[in-house]
Amino acid sequence: MEIARHWRLQRHRYSLVGEVCNHCGVKIFPARDVCPECNAPAKTPYTFSGKGEVYSYSTVHHPPEGFEHFAPYVVALVRLVEGPLVAAQLTDVEGEKIEIGMPVEMVTRKLRDDGSKGTIVYGYKFRPVIAGGAAVVAKDAAV
Amino acid sequence: MCVPRPLPTCYSLGLGRDKLEASHLKIMKPNRDVGIVGYGAYVPRYRLRGTEISRMWEGEQGCTPPIKEKAVPGLDEDVATMSLEAARNALKRTAIDPSRIRAVWVGSESHPYAVKPTSTIVAEAIGAVPHTLAADWQFACKAGTEAMQAALGFVGSGMADYALALGMDTAQGRPRDALEYTAGAGGAAFLVGPAEESVAVLEGSTSYVTDTADFWRRQHEHYPAHAGRFTGEPGYFRHVIAAASEIMAALGRKPADYAHVIFHQPNTKFPRKAGRELGFKSEQLEAGLLVNDIGNTYAGAAMIGLTGVLDVAEPGERVLMVSFGSGAGSDAFDLRVTDAITARRACALSTRDYVVRRHEIDYATYARHRGKIRME
Repeated sequence: MEIARHWRLQRHRYSLVGEVCNHCGVKIFPARDVCPECNAPAKTPYTFSGKGEVYSYSTVHHPPEGFEHFAPYVVALVRLVEGPLVAAQLTDVEGEKIEIGMPVEMVTRKLRDDGSKGTIVYGYKFRPVIAGGAAVVAKDAAV
Repeated sequence: MCVPRPLPTCYSLGLGRDKLEASHLKIMKPNRDVGIVGYGAYVPRYRLRGTEISRMWEGEQGCTPPIKEKAVPGLDEDVATMSLEAARNALKRTAIDPSRIRAVWVGSESHPYAVKPTSTIVAEAIGAVPHTLAADWQFACKAGTEAMQAALGFVGSGMADYALALGMDTAQGRPRDALEYTAGAGGAAFLVGPAEESVAVLEGSTSYVTDTADFWRRQHEHYPAHAGRFTGEPGYFRHVIAAASEIMAALGRKPADYAHVIFHQPNTKFPRKAGRELGFKSEQLEAGLLVNDIGNTYAGAAMIGLTGVLDVAEPGERVLMVSFGSGAGSDAFDLRVTDAITARRACALSTRDYVVRRHEIDYATYARHRGKIRME
């Protein structure tokens, strides 16, 4: 039952919602209800900031079923600023030089697309942090 | 073949405008003062230059394209993901708990599903569920401002304290059609709420709608069809100019009263022409005229223009926004910017931040991104 499985996970996937251990304070992702550090129950939801950096990465040229549409694509281990290491795709990186330690931020994108008759699965990916502060008055002349 | 220009070479204005009577000057403003509490934009990073399209269909000597370039969504983007980022930007400019949002309304003509709401995906992801209304709106390029009108009324009635209205599109143009040059991607989100919390307060709005078939897409058709130059005078100009004229007349305003004006922008010519006809100066259009850099974002076009204006507007300035949707109709909004704008706009990426983030692609990559390559 893929629909039910994706539905159960969508809250975590859409917004990077994990858990926090009320005993030792460790932030947990993905949610597992038990703290991996102190084994105490940990069921309090925690929404991560989505900020992190690339810990390691690789490019997928031979994708599994459901991901063919996006290949080649980059997968990475992202170290979130709150601590957990998350496996996810990098997106918006064509033409970018990807490096270990590169700052990234979470975005919600299409994860897989099961054809024109199936559902679309959305979830977290990471992209290079967008630089803010662009000059708002710079306008090109009309063509 | 040269690209047909959408602007009629000769037309006359005045359909409806010169027949205004006092009874028609009905301005909409709820008893409870309302406004825009938070705003956010989104534009995908990919850009296709107009010259690349003309090279494809006209050869190296192709004629000058109507705009410089247009935004193209990534392979993993659609109206749901783009709406979500705009909504998150709008929420960053507020301090409210998303569970207090009583409506999430997404206007678009490129919803990912024919049946299943985009709005529930957005509502779930921002944390507005389950005690919220959620629906998708459809009215060509004015679906987003229609959602805004409803959100302003919904909050104004007291039924809700906050409502989120979005206009977002990943517009499709038939290959080689004139619209292929301009059909872009992007849009904006506005969190509507009480006036005392707003960055821009609603002074009044109006709507001008007729049954005018200038652009349409039948069910199961991939690309829209249009009536060529007919979309100019009976479509765009009739409705935009009537809505703008009516709201100014009803509120006792003249063009010089506004610091900024935003018109629906299917190209650069139409909004500039409408502005001239109404008596606006080109400087008043500048901050909200984005079509040359991102293309026509359809349901998002006027709304993302307003986000560009709010990024630069000063407290106390008046702003006029007039949308247009084929089919056809215009919504006009008279807004007054408040002191809150100064601190609030820095809380999220500006519209310009998204506009300057660009990665140029060629026509083949564009064809892949837009699903124009048949794989099976």
